[in-house]
Amino acid sequence: MAQTEVQTAEATIGAAIRQAVEDAMHRDERVLVLGEDIEHMGVFAGLHHTFGTARVRETPISESAIVGASVGAALGGLRPIAEIMIMDFLGVCMDQLANMAAKLRYTTAGRTHVPMTVRAVSYGGGGFGSGSTHSQSLEAWLMHVPGLKVVYPSSPADAKGLMASCIEDDDPCIFVESPVLYGVRGEVPVDPGFRVPLGRAAVRREGSDVTLIGYGRTALDALAVADQLAPEGISVEVVDLRSLVPLDVDTVLASVEKTGRAVVSHLAVEFCGPGAELAALISERLFGRLRAPVRRLGGRPTPIPASRHLEPHWYPSVESTAAAVRAVVGS
Amino acid sequence: MSVDVRRRMYEVMAVAKAADERLRKAISTGEALVTYWPSRGQEAIAGALAAALRREDWLVTTYRGLHDQLAKGVPLVEIYAEALGRATGASGGKGGTMHIADPEAGLMATTGIVGAGVPVATGLGLAALLRGDGRVAAASFGDGAMNQGAFHEGVNLAAVWQLPVVFVCQNNGYAECTPVERSTLVTRLADRAAAYGIPGVHVDGNDPDATYEALREAVERARAGGGPTLLECETYRFFGHYFGDTMAYMPADELEQRRAEDPVVRYRERLEAEGALPRDELERIGADAVRHCDEAFAAALAAPLADPATIDDHVYAEVR
Repeated sequence: MAQTEVQTAEATIGAAIRQAVEDAMHRDERVLVLGEDIEHMGVFAGLHHTFGTARVRETPISESAIVGASVGAALGGLRPIAEIMIMDFLGVCMDQLANMAAKLRYTTAGRTHVPMTVRAVSYGGGGFGSGSTHSQSLEAWLMHVPGLKVVYPSSPADAKGLMASCIEDDDPCIFVESPVLYGVRGEVPVDPGFRVPLGRAAVRREGSDVTLIGYGRTALDALAVADQLAPEGISVEVVDLRSLVPLDVDTVLASVEKTGRAVVSHLAVEFCGPGAELAALISERLFGRLRAPVRRLGGRPTPIPASRHLEPHWYPSVESTAAAVRAVVGS
Repeated sequence: MSVDVRRRMYEVMAVAKAADERLRKAISTGEALVTYWPSRGQEAIAGALAAALRREDWLVTTYRGLHDQLAKGVPLVEIYAEALGRATGASGGKGGTMHIADPEAGLMATTGIVGAGVPVATGLGLAALLRGDGRVAAASFGDGAMNQGAFHEGVNLAAVWQLPVVFVCQNNGYAECTPVERSTLVTRLADRAAAYGIPGVHVDGNDPDATYEALREAVERARAGGGPTLLECETYRFFGHYFGDTMAYMPADELEQRRAEDPVVRYRERLEAEGALPRDELERIGADAVRHCDEAFAAALAAPLADPATIDDHVYAEVR
């Protein structure tokens, strides 16, 4: 059977997100974007030149109003994309996300729903020295609220495909993006119809000794760890979750069933982080097949220090992850 | 003001009063176990909302929203059934009285978090503006909501964007158990509009004619592209924050005096005295309202309870 060639072009993650948003705005006049300083900074910069200031709306510094107005606009039949300039600012608008956006479909038995996307930009893991309130990776907060969907891409193609899926989705989706990855380049399908479905993890590398699970920066770290450990005779399977809610439990369990060992790594705080949920799921479902306890790696139980010298000690690194994988395989 | 408008307002007020009374009676007698935040005493505002908004206009209200929901045309039997946790409730028993929505009637959301509906109404105004369909969005909230950050952010954004929104503060004197004068030093809440550069209007919220005129003007301004208005409707809450609250914080003489000035009774007397509507028609409207509420309550009570098998439905678009 002849394979159809998928036409691609190289792009960064930032450009890929922008492509998905532009495609959606050309395709669907209900799509609009709003956020702070978006004409001048970030992924949306200059978008108003193409689509005008009616659909590209700069806001005051008012995260509650940005998300609350997005909820209202979605109830009113639009498909807003809100930018939360720095993910830590979710603290200002969590009521609108957790008590309005997430709950309206359920509490009205489907009479209303909230098709909106929030781009939450996490400077976590970047070594930017931005300190305790401008560096967090807060996906665990969001995962704990039924009604929200949460994605966290690590590649340009996934960023484009997941953003397109979020915009078209009929539920509130939080798209977590990492500026530390903005420079990552990769081949991206040029087709505006390209989608990465929500809730599908990707096996990035096949291996037989241990499954290393990550997302965003830690998915890329995992590939480096796999490279580093291959010469030592440790075969690492890398699973990039891509989507945290819905979570692709089947892909995770199939991999760990094969390897018998699992390590989960993320930039969120380790205590009660997404890794805790994954460890519990794996342990509950595969207890008899595990060859070692599931190991979690995440941020330390402290606020994130600002010093560029201290900050890298806060997150898991390629080195600390490799050490953890060695220990799990050797146990 | 036309007799039709005044009749419509009195009909809504009579139903709102009777609907509140029927539900409180059910709670008092043990007929139903319901958590309820009574709107009794605030009916004139509901009458004005019913007359000043079109059916397609959007309203966001609060947990103290029975009168507003009726003003917008949400079927009472669905509200009662929701209160009683019935499968036939507006939200199938998932929302309770804090979470009633009926998009066909333009009642887009009821919020349980004080102040949270304000930015949502701003977003509805944005949708109306971009759709260009001439709709107006209104937010109904209490005096307590005006001390929430969401109020400030939502009103300011609507002002900056000149959105077709009317912010309707139902100042009933108490934020839960705290008198308004202990919550803010501003004596006229409408004065807060100056902080956003928008018109602020204070009106006697127990006078439906005056409230209607003020609301109509604000709605017309919004519809014509003149931006948002903050309308303070001064009213009074005849009962506690929730029904069953001891109300120890409400002075007995104040309560007695304000109840004696019942806006529903006063309006009926005014309509009769001014010859707007004959006594027999006013009496019929009142009696119809009571019968309508009794029938709706009986129908809701007779409906099946929400099925536990539905508990996981409607979390996401996808069926699980």
